[in-house]
Amino acid sequence: MNLTLLIPEFLLAGLGFLVLGADLFLPRDKKHLLAYGSAAALAAIAISSLYLLGKQESLFSGVVLIDGYSLFFKLFFLLLGILVLLASVDYVKAYLSYAGEFYGLIIFSVLAMILMVAAGELLSAYIALELLSFSLYVLASYARHDPKSNEAGVKYILIGAFSTGILLYGLSLIYGSIGTTFYHGIAQAIQAGKAANPGFVAGLILVIAGLGFKVAAVPFHMWAPDVYEGAPVPVTAYLSVASKAASFAWLLRLFVEAFSPAFQDWRPVIIALAALSMTVGNLVAIHQRNIKRLLAYSSIGQAGYILTGIAALSPLNASFASTAVIFHVIGYAITNLTAFACIIAYYNLTGKDEIPDYDGLAMRNPFIAFVLAIALFSAAGLPIFVGFTTKFYLFTAAAKDGLLWLAALAIVNSVISLYYYLVVIRHVYISSPKEEGRLHLPRVMSLELGVLTSAIVLLGVYPGPLVRLITAATGVLFS
Amino acid sequence: MPLLFSLLAIPAVGVVVLLLTPGRMTAAVKWISLATATAALGLSLWVFFVYDKAAAGYQLEETYQWLEGIGISFHLAVDGISVPMILLTGIVMFTGVLMSWRVNNRTKDFFVLLLTLVSGVYGVFISLDLFFLFFFYELAVLPMYLLIGVWGSSSRFATFTRTKEYGAMKLVLYLVAGSILIWVALLAVYAQANLGTFDLLALEKVNFGKEFQRLFFPLFLVGFGILAGLWPFHTWSPDGHVAAPTAVSMLHAGVLMKLGAFGILRVGMTLFPEGARDWMPILIVFGTINVVYGAVAAMAQRDLKYVVGYSSVSHMGYVLMGFATLHPLGVNGAVLQMFSHGIMTALLFALVGVVYDRAHTRDITIFEGLAKRMGRTAAFFSVAGLTSLGLPGLSGFVAEFLVFVGTFQTYPLLGILGIIGAAITAVYILRLLSKVFFGPLSPQWERLPDASRIESFAMAVLVFMLVFVGINPRPLMSVIDSSVIKLVQRVIGLT
Repeated sequence: MNLTLLIPEFLLAGLGFLVLGADLFLPRDKKHLLAYGSAAALAAIAISSLYLLGKQESLFSGVVLIDGYSLFFKLFFLLLGILVLLASVDYVKAYLSYAGEFYGLIIFSVLAMILMVAAGELLSAYIALELLSFSLYVLASYARHDPKSNEAGVKYILIGAFSTGILLYGLSLIYGSIGTTFYHGIAQAIQAGKAANPGFVAGLILVIAGLGFKVAAVPFHMWAPDVYEGAPVPVTAYLSVASKAASFAWLLRLFVEAFSPAFQDWRPVIIALAALSMTVGNLVAIHQRNIKRLLAYSSIGQAGYILTGIAALSPLNASFASTAVIFHVIGYAITNLTAFACIIAYYNLTGKDEIPDYDGLAMRNPFIAFVLAIALFSAAGLPIFVGFTTKFYLFTAAAKDGLLWLAALAIVNSVISLYYYLVVIRHVYISSPKEEGRLHLPRVMSLELGVLTSAIVLLGVYPGPLVRLITAATGVLFS
Repeated sequence: MPLLFSLLAIPAVGVVVLLLTPGRMTAAVKWISLATATAALGLSLWVFFVYDKAAAGYQLEETYQWLEGIGISFHLAVDGISVPMILLTGIVMFTGVLMSWRVNNRTKDFFVLLLTLVSGVYGVFISLDLFFLFFFYELAVLPMYLLIGVWGSSSRFATFTRTKEYGAMKLVLYLVAGSILIWVALLAVYAQANLGTFDLLALEKVNFGKEFQRLFFPLFLVGFGILAGLWPFHTWSPDGHVAAPTAVSMLHAGVLMKLGAFGILRVGMTLFPEGARDWMPILIVFGTINVVYGAVAAMAQRDLKYVVGYSSVSHMGYVLMGFATLHPLGVNGAVLQMFSHGIMTALLFALVGVVYDRAHTRDITIFEGLAKRMGRTAAFFSVAGLTSLGLPGLSGFVAEFLVFVGTFQTYPLLGILGIIGAAITAVYILRLLSKVFFGPLSPQWERLPDASRIESFAMAVLVFMLVFVGINPRPLMSVIDSSVIKLVQRVIGLT
């Protein structure tokens, strides 16, 4: 067994502990160095893990898979980690104590996401998911003196534990009925007809329910708005972007590698979740006054779109649909992270996050306003932004698989979402400011917003290279 | 040189340059925009002159790889229907920038959005890949909300109030509702053809089957039709156009409504000839209602801009009627009407903009004898109005005449109704001219200044086009005819 394939993971774990340790020796006003240092280290790890390019191996007799798919998401999560670290520095400095642990937990959760996607077997994926969830529980309640943050943490841990229980019960039922937890073993067992028993189907449905909680799909979404609203803003960003992307990346691997032969069994369930999530998420978003809650509901809607792609994974269409799903997940992650980066920046400058508080932002800081508008247009799915291209790809995949009506529902929902995004844009651009004075954005944040905006536009008009990468990465799921 | 790509690139480059220009340098911002618009106009003229009428068909083709996996390529070309539209866009944009010379509030943002709008418009006219056609179609909708919401104006009377935010939201939601239908139909086409491509040239060879065409043609018809002002989905148009700032009204009513009509031809009728044949008897009824209803509604307005807004709805009705005849003359007339109405309505909105800018009101009831103080404006308004009511020698006459001839060949009864619509137009236009511009000057307007030199130049360009096409429609007609004949033959099943 070649343990050198795990060097990035070891480095990442080491970095997490290093940050915790270094925190003890740094004076309070120097803690931001931890974030910058970690971001640099994550970048170094990302670059160094390129030696895995082209490798396709498994470790611990198939528990960890080192393949193109894992590598793709390894790089992506490291990148998200860097962006979230950089976006949280000013917020942490201003509002939170115990900076070291905050950054350390983010690093551990990045590690967890990487392992979750690389797992080739149910239990190790589950353990990785738990590592991720525990980091996030703590992060959600990090603003200790803010009752809302406490409430968010408690809600999140209770519902999280409950959903994990459901997931675990589902996994145990699957193991009980077919006797293996390895993905390829499960697929073989289904093909051999061993899965035609109620235990397996019940297990499958419980797994879907458990995952439904994680990705906040209706009717398992109740926790999301409260947690999103209460958690510190950078954590909300992280929750809605990274944890969701990781859950979907795992979900795709699980459904393609393990459950695809039982496609007919789970497809109707996924379709129902998709239709419900996008409709409920977008309709309820209309009434929100808090921008974090608005984005919480809109990301519930987004989960519905992604599930539309999962529902289109029928054997003939699977390779096309998985490219579409991952492409949309990436586009969604970048778009949402951009929107949240604006919200973090605005919160740092004003301490406000109600939508009417954004009145006249275009006059007070045209740059944040511009970036926020682009992010929201992208989320609504308007060209030239990445959201349009990914949605088009995704809905085409669904239509190609005989789900034209579901694609049509998704398109209708996109238009509903455009309405509530335009309401935000009205406050930002059309209403006159309630307070005077220009707002000055710190340099790091300007840079990050600039980079993210360029990515939104670039991937919207020139997605070819990324889509080719994704096609190559998802290709290994079918080999 | 990749001519069509440059046509797209010019406004895009203009946008980038503007974004990099500091916002406080308003003069620089305006000159950059004018330079961009001039370059785009020049290129549009170039496209018009290099288009080979004898060869007809799609020309100046360019193809760039984009996303192979899903079958999208950046495939550009023009035919005899899109060439006049490109020219129209160039002219209206150029004059629109000139008419916006007085925009001094957040100037940079205004021109960035205006140029974005224009690149979307050009994109629709030159894209042969359905993905990109839709991409640019949506791009043209995107800036509208802000353009109207920030720089627009509300309409306030004691009995009638429409805020600009209302107009902006209504316009955007109607148009994206149309996009839903178009998008769904595109996906259906892609799945049904199962060729793995969005290329129009590949898809037009597919026979989609009668039932499928019948089912999905209305999606294209209504989806694009909403933007073309199709009754009863036209209500966004007066509200939106009235709320919009001058240049945006000019572009939106002048050019963007044509995107809808163009989409019906380029996508709907091309892909679904049998579906089109089945639905045209219904479209002609709706088109006629457009004409008559729009004209009657225009008569009842108190806000000068609403008159122009409803007259737009009425005139777009001729375009829809012309399409529905499926007669070469009727369709030719409709396409010419798209061009003629584009110029004419741009001129009318420009004029209303001049009056509103000076008088700070658009209330018809209080205007009297403006011609005494605003001689040029009154003269231009007369030309535009006479074009609108179809006076021979002006472009509107040629277009509407062809539409009527086509209609009488196919649906004589509705043709009569259409002519009644034209008669009502004459009533409200002449009444408007006599009330607002002619007659004794009300003392309230003693000090009203006339249109500035820049504005007069812009409007003179538009007037010139109206007269030129009215007297000598041949150059334009021969271009249009080269492609219309083919399309009509395809739809009525001769080829």
